[in-house]
Amino acid sequence: MAVTPVQTELGSVPVARSRTAAARARLEGIWARPITRAVLKAILTIWTTITLTFWLIRLMPGNPIDLKIDELTREGAITYDEAKVMASSLFRIDLTRPIQDQYVEYMGDVLRGDLGSSFLSAGTPVTSIILSVLPWTLFAVGTGVFLAFLVGIGLGILAAYRRGGVADGSITTVGSIVSSVPNYLVALLIILVLGVQLRWLPITRMRGAFSPGVEPGFTPEFIGDVLFHAALPISVFFLATIGHWILSMRGSTLAALEEDYVNAARARGIGDARIATAYVGRNAILPLVSQLAIAAGASVGGAVFIEQVFVYQGMGLRLVKAIDQRDYPIMQGIVLVTTVAIVAANLIADLVYSRLDPRIGRAGGSSG
Amino acid sequence: MIETLRLITRRPAGLIGLVGVVLFAAMSYLGPLVVGAPSEVNIALQYKPPSPDHLLGTDYQGRDVLAQIVNGGRDLLTIALLTALFSTSLAVSLGALSATIGGRFDAAMMAVTDVGLTIPDIVVLVVIAAILRPTSFVLLALILALLQCWFLLRLVRAQILSLKEREYVEAARSLDLGVGHIVFREMLPNMRGYIAIHFILAMTAAIYAQTGIILLGLLPLEGTSWGLMLYFANSQGAIFFRDSFWYIFSPIAAIALFQLCLVSLARGLEDVFDPRLRAA
Repeated sequence: MAVTPVQTELGSVPVARSRTAAARARLEGIWARPITRAVLKAILTIWTTITLTFWLIRLMPGNPIDLKIDELTREGAITYDEAKVMASSLFRIDLTRPIQDQYVEYMGDVLRGDLGSSFLSAGTPVTSIILSVLPWTLFAVGTGVFLAFLVGIGLGILAAYRRGGVADGSITTVGSIVSSVPNYLVALLIILVLGVQLRWLPITRMRGAFSPGVEPGFTPEFIGDVLFHAALPISVFFLATIGHWILSMRGSTLAALEEDYVNAARARGIGDARIATAYVGRNAILPLVSQLAIAAGASVGGAVFIEQVFVYQGMGLRLVKAIDQRDYPIMQGIVLVTTVAIVAANLIADLVYSRLDPRIGRAGGSSG
Repeated sequence: MIETLRLITRRPAGLIGLVGVVLFAAMSYLGPLVVGAPSEVNIALQYKPPSPDHLLGTDYQGRDVLAQIVNGGRDLLTIALLTALFSTSLAVSLGALSATIGGRFDAAMMAVTDVGLTIPDIVVLVVIAAILRPTSFVLLALILALLQCWFLLRLVRAQILSLKEREYVEAARSLDLGVGHIVFREMLPNMRGYIAIHFILAMTAAIYAQTGIILLGLLPLEGTSWGLMLYFANSQGAIFFRDSFWYIFSPIAAIALFQLCLVSLARGLEDVFDPRLRAA
């Protein structure tokens, strides 16, 4: 807001007020943008997880640092003080300083991308350990969820168009049954029935992320091998999420079919195929696209169980191994990276949604 | 209440769900009185197939599987109920407070809710369970509730904000009936459908999370439970013996069927509380 000469003559108070008002208006303008809120939300979430794990590890009774110091002194070779020094270097926490300072220092390290080193393979940075397992999880989860999305959308449209028929009934029933069974039980059932009882699948050979003898690279052999090993986790993520897409797509297609613009298009004599794609399908998919990223993010959590059952070398399996070995820096790191992955997925969802639906960006409306 | 039950049972999904949940609850809480504790270890009876003596066969230590199934649901169900109770009460009270107080409290509450919704709850739960090793049901239920109450909280808040504008609430306000009366007597009864559905869904989420962390071997819970049966099957490689089929299939079927019944019951409730669907 520009200050007019008249206001200046009226004295300093109104000027000051209008200046702060202008600043505030600008701030509110930025605040009202959905993207600002989404980014702030993302930062707040990441900060909360880092803080939560810091205090959990530092302050809980029987916390990992005290346990580590105990363990080091019990071996008898070193004194308490030496053990304390070692523990602080392992955790990237200076134990002699007040806890607030430790916290600030720890946050600084994390911001620089330094997540500390592993307890067991001393000196190996947590970041490089995580980078070696993260791609496998993202690949399996991403492929499974995306395939489920594509197939689920198709089946959902089919069910909606055959509403009340046999196809609708069977698709919806099977879809909702498959998605209410916990995903790790689906995984166990696959091993139990297809692997052990029927012997259709070589379960033990399918373990791991790729076979030991195969040279990594863009060769057909390696890609085939990777798909062979990822097939079971991908199938489970596929089965566990497909019901959701079928039911949501069916619902939103039924809603779209009743819109006036669909009736108007029919009245204009537009072909059924074009109505199904350009009028109904496009609008029905819209709310689901933003859920895609969120579903992928949510499935990363389930990967902890699935990878354990299939012994697939992704982040979930590494997390469980770190828990067994009480390797807390790796645990902290994996929690942080998973959070960042989910936050990023949510951000993408927000962005995609405001692109696809221009009303969201303009009105500064809700992002839920 | 009776009217609701009658409406639920009008549709097959709701009927199956309700009957199934009641049967599972009866089996888990009353069944042990009939069947007794699982039989003693007897290696001679290892991995016996189903027979009149052992309807679901025996496990790797020769114990009766059916007795383990009957005895193995109680802890799971108790923790699921406690979690749903905590999570629903937290969500309803904080959501209602947030909507009625408004202003900064509401803004802060919504920020916390956003964070709560985004945090990868399974991963965080696994780490918390690994550090705390919760042995008490109440503590575990509280942790689970704190991780999952946020969705309902946001729903309750949004509902109250929209109900605020309704005429009957304005009427209650102009009669000066007080915030407590308006929220608990006028608004919440209108939301009992959502709340009941989310109570059931909270139970399913609790069962999923709880069995999952047992499967990873993170809960030092003693005794018999479906999750522990699966943990032993998976960690000791029993799953790779072809004879162990019934021992492993039984707890999988028990958990999956129970989850299906809960979800069907939730669907049935959805139909009851959504009059548009009822008319159709």
